[in-house]
Amino acid sequence: MNQKELQDRLTEIQDKLIRIEQPAANRFYLTCESEKACAVSRFLFEDIGCRFVIITGIDNDNVYEVLYHFSYDLLGCIITVKAILRNRENPEIESITPFVPGAEWIEREVHDILGISFRNHPNLRRLILADDWPEGVYPMRKEVQK
Amino acid sequence: MKQTVRKPVLAVGPFHPLQEEMEFYQLTVEGEKVTGIDVRLSYNHRGIERISETLQFDQVPFLVSRICGICSASHPLAYVQAVEELAGIKPPDRARYVRTIINELERIHSHLLWVGLAGHFIGYDTVFMWAWKYREPVLDLLEEITGNRNNYGNVKVGGCREDIADDIKPKIFKELDALEKKTEMLTKAVLDDPVLHARLKGIGVLTKEDAVRYAVVGPTARGSGVAVDVRRDDPYAAYGELDWNVITQPEGDVFAKAVVRLLEVFESIKIVRQALEKLPSGPVAVEVKEIPPGEAVGRAEAPRGETFHYVRSDGGNRPVRHKVRAPSYVNVPSFKASCIGGHISDVTITLAAVDPCYSCTERLAVVDGRGSVLQDSDALLKLSREKTERIRREMR
Repeated sequence: MNQKELQDRLTEIQDKLIRIEQPAANRFYLTCESEKACAVSRFLFEDIGCRFVIITGIDNDNVYEVLYHFSYDLLGCIITVKAILRNRENPEIESITPFVPGAEWIEREVHDILGISFRNHPNLRRLILADDWPEGVYPMRKEVQK
Repeated sequence: MKQTVRKPVLAVGPFHPLQEEMEFYQLTVEGEKVTGIDVRLSYNHRGIERISETLQFDQVPFLVSRICGICSASHPLAYVQAVEELAGIKPPDRARYVRTIINELERIHSHLLWVGLAGHFIGYDTVFMWAWKYREPVLDLLEEITGNRNNYGNVKVGGCREDIADDIKPKIFKELDALEKKTEMLTKAVLDDPVLHARLKGIGVLTKEDAVRYAVVGPTARGSGVAVDVRRDDPYAAYGELDWNVITQPEGDVFAKAVVRLLEVFESIKIVRQALEKLPSGPVAVEVKEIPPGEAVGRAEAPRGETFHYVRSDGGNRPVRHKVRAPSYVNVPSFKASCIGGHISDVTITLAAVDPCYSCTERLAVVDGRGSVLQDSDALLKLSREKTERIRREMR
């Protein structure tokens, strides 16, 4: 697959996305609502054959963002799925661990630090917070940092 | 009455004075066979991502070089590449070559360190002594080039802090020649040893399918036939302009990972030689003004695999979000695939084969369901060495 074909493949899932950005030749950002993120990630991992890299969780004041970074190594591309979580009270998103076992830890970590819960995660225990850390306090949330 | 039978648990970790990071493995065992694994980490969480948000863009490289002593060149490199992408900065040619040289010297000393420790774990202390002896001159070179044996602090946004002085070039060539000969001898000794073949082949196998599912990187992936290498796939620094090969082995066992690392040392020597020969003249840094709002990713191939940094800026002088993914974060969970079904005596070397943090594996203890210690770390290390000795005797 060349660069052009990859772009064409990405437009296949355009109906699930809010927008596609390409700030550099080998960097793609696919923004979508939180409900669509799992399906988009599945498409990248299983259909296109991307390698899962990591997830970044961000508290962006009004919304939470969950960024799924994938790498398409044949072209040296990084494709980031940017899921917007608008429910600040109960942030929730579908887990990708059932089909990407490599995502188990990072989903647990994002749950720890931002309090985003991953639906259907096989094992959403604490990963990085200490056992005596209080329940319901998420250290990377803006209100906690203030 | 229903009776719950608790399976014996083998506890590995979590603390050891030599460890740079704490990890705790709990292995469920049936007799000598491993049937399950659970990993706990973050005993020493330092909140680097959060600290980074409180520092200015030009201070962050010094913070991230302290994530790992061994990878203290790759982490800051991945970070500055992210910021350079974000701000559209092109580092000067000479800086790209200097970065390449330092990163490859880092890979050489890291791989030799691993070979030595792997030998130690299976009772081959001669390999340990040799590999570490040959590693020393590489650290000395790094000290001469950057001022430090580790934590070089040489990379910054827009280039490098220090240049490589022309008068130490001949010394680097000389040391590389000597190192190449010694590593050749070491590689031959390891690859031709029938006991090592018998001890390490077919042990701790990570299949290609599992390597993809667990998204592993670096020698762990390349030892399972997955040819990922950021240096080739998404060329940075000067890698795209030099001639070298990506080493892969299809087997996925501990032996394959050892072969990949040993052969990569030769590729690294090749890269450093070429980079020194081609080293362009000119400045090593450009002036950096403001970092605009936006987001970018940077990555570098550390000795253990891809190091990934994501940086977001709001136009201020500090990153608003900085995510770091070290290679072990994806390599360590693959133990689930490589340890289960294996023997207790192979756990030490299987865990070490991923090159996570060796010292963890020195602190092994077999406990039963109530937590009483059945076998301590020394006993397990002894088990591993006894197996090698047994194989050796049988081969005589």
